[in-house]
Amino acid sequence: MSDASDTAGQLPVPEPWVHADAKPFWDATAEGRLCLPRCNGCGTVIWYPRGFCPVCASFDIEWFDAPGTGEVYSFSIPRRGQGAYRDAAPYVVAYVELDLPDGLGGDGPGPRIMTNLVDCDPWSVSVGDRVRAVFHPTERGVALVRFRPA
Amino acid sequence: MALGRLPAVTGTIRGAAHLAGAYEHPLRTIPDRTTPQIHAEVAVGALADAGLTMGDVDAYFCAGDAPGFGPLSMAEYLGLDRLAYVDSTEIGGSSYVAHVGHAAAAIAAGKCHVALITLAGKPRTGGSGPGGSGRVGDAPEFSFEVPFGTSVLTNYALAATRHMHEFGTTSAQLAEIKVAASTHAQHNPNAFLRDVVTVEEVLESPMVCDPLHRLDSCVITDGGGALVVVSPEVARTLDRHCPVVLGHGEAPKHTGNGRIDLTHTGAVWSGPRAFEEAGVTPADVDYASIYDSFTITVLQTIEDLGFCAKGDGGRFVADGGLQAPHGRLPFNTDGGGLCNNHPTNRGGITKVIEAVRQLRGEAHPAVQVPDCDIALAHGTGGSLGTRHGSATLILGREA
Repeated sequence: MSDASDTAGQLPVPEPWVHADAKPFWDATAEGRLCLPRCNGCGTVIWYPRGFCPVCASFDIEWFDAPGTGEVYSFSIPRRGQGAYRDAAPYVVAYVELDLPDGLGGDGPGPRIMTNLVDCDPWSVSVGDRVRAVFHPTERGVALVRFRPA
Repeated sequence: MALGRLPAVTGTIRGAAHLAGAYEHPLRTIPDRTTPQIHAEVAVGALADAGLTMGDVDAYFCAGDAPGFGPLSMAEYLGLDRLAYVDSTEIGGSSYVAHVGHAAAAIAAGKCHVALITLAGKPRTGGSGPGGSGRVGDAPEFSFEVPFGTSVLTNYALAATRHMHEFGTTSAQLAEIKVAASTHAQHNPNAFLRDVVTVEEVLESPMVCDPLHRLDSCVITDGGGALVVVSPEVARTLDRHCPVVLGHGEAPKHTGNGRIDLTHTGAVWSGPRAFEEAGVTPADVDYASIYDSFTITVLQTIEDLGFCAKGDGGRFVADGGLQAPHGRLPFNTDGGGLCNNHPTNRGGITKVIEAVRQLRGEAHPAVQVPDCDIALAHGTGGSLGTRHGSATLILGREA
């Protein structure tokens, strides 16, 4: 399983809105786990987390732990932040394509999830870089899932 | 039950409606008018352009920039008291391109004869910030994006990075798009930015979000615009040249259960629908208004609409490919959102307005496309990197 981290490094950790149908995802982040929904109807791994399958319209959802590894699908580097990120730039916004446990991924790619890349020089990042999850706790006790070089 | 393959849709809006009025607010900073007043100013302007009055309007269209209760607040403010049809489709800056298609469909179905579409807002002097997405915490995707410091800018830059990775697209190629827009804007006295820039100047402008530079980005302007779409019966009574609606297509694109492909836009769906309805091909298009929130928006859209193969956009826009009047695809001859105007962070209406000018032969002589018979206007509202509306409109000169 991935590292839990007590520090957010340079980046702010804004509170997410924890909607009831995504609560298992957020509860798991508090324990340093990347827990994803999977549809019991069609087997697809669902992203973003929700209590509904956008592939087959089922409400029958189970949750499983992903390994927390993946690769960079794309990234950008804002030079000026807004709101909570006002003093955080430059930082890396990225899509990370997640690895899925054997047998859960089907034939297609894993979900591409929006995140930040941390603990790296922003200008050293490349598409395809291998990364692993780190968990940055918020004040209310959940965590943002970010990624660092694997 | 699965419906399976349905028969081809036989209804069409081809020839069912005409653009009778088009008006772009001349100002780019409007401190002394309210947003509803600007809606009213552009409504009056477009109706006057058509030779009609507020009392002739029986259908009204507006989007998320309209204050208060949208069409209800604005119908009351404007004094529209014989409306038989309203539509507040909100797909960001592409809304107004879609509204023309919706108005044509309503006219074709006999629901109305004179449709008014308005847009107005004041991001420079009215307090609303750049981006104008209005996204709030109740959006189910909010917590999986916004806490990471995302913005409209970061999300377009994500698309640019991936396109560069897959196809070798370069910043210099993206810069060519800005150069073409600025070359056109020098002839537009109302343009926010009128100086011609070079590729080098774009590349030397500050990086705002790698890989996008400041000059890869559209302007932020107060302003507005309006359109009047009418039935053929009404068009025949007017003295004004009224270009005809030939085809329309639209499609939302979203992250698709997290498997988003950042190298294409919703134009891969909206474009073919519009071309099929219009009975024309990309090779028939004399002039194109292509939504230009950022240079990457233009590059991907040109590929997706079929003006070149996927991945060849960088080569297509190079060497003056987009420059009027004689480039491969003369585009955004008003200077576009990159230089002229991106009123209240929503450029769809100005895309249609410049297409109408071209078909009427009323673009600036330096950028007027000779014998402009077929024009395309395309809107992209939202973010390439997450979700956006895509709307394609094809218009003909025939009056």
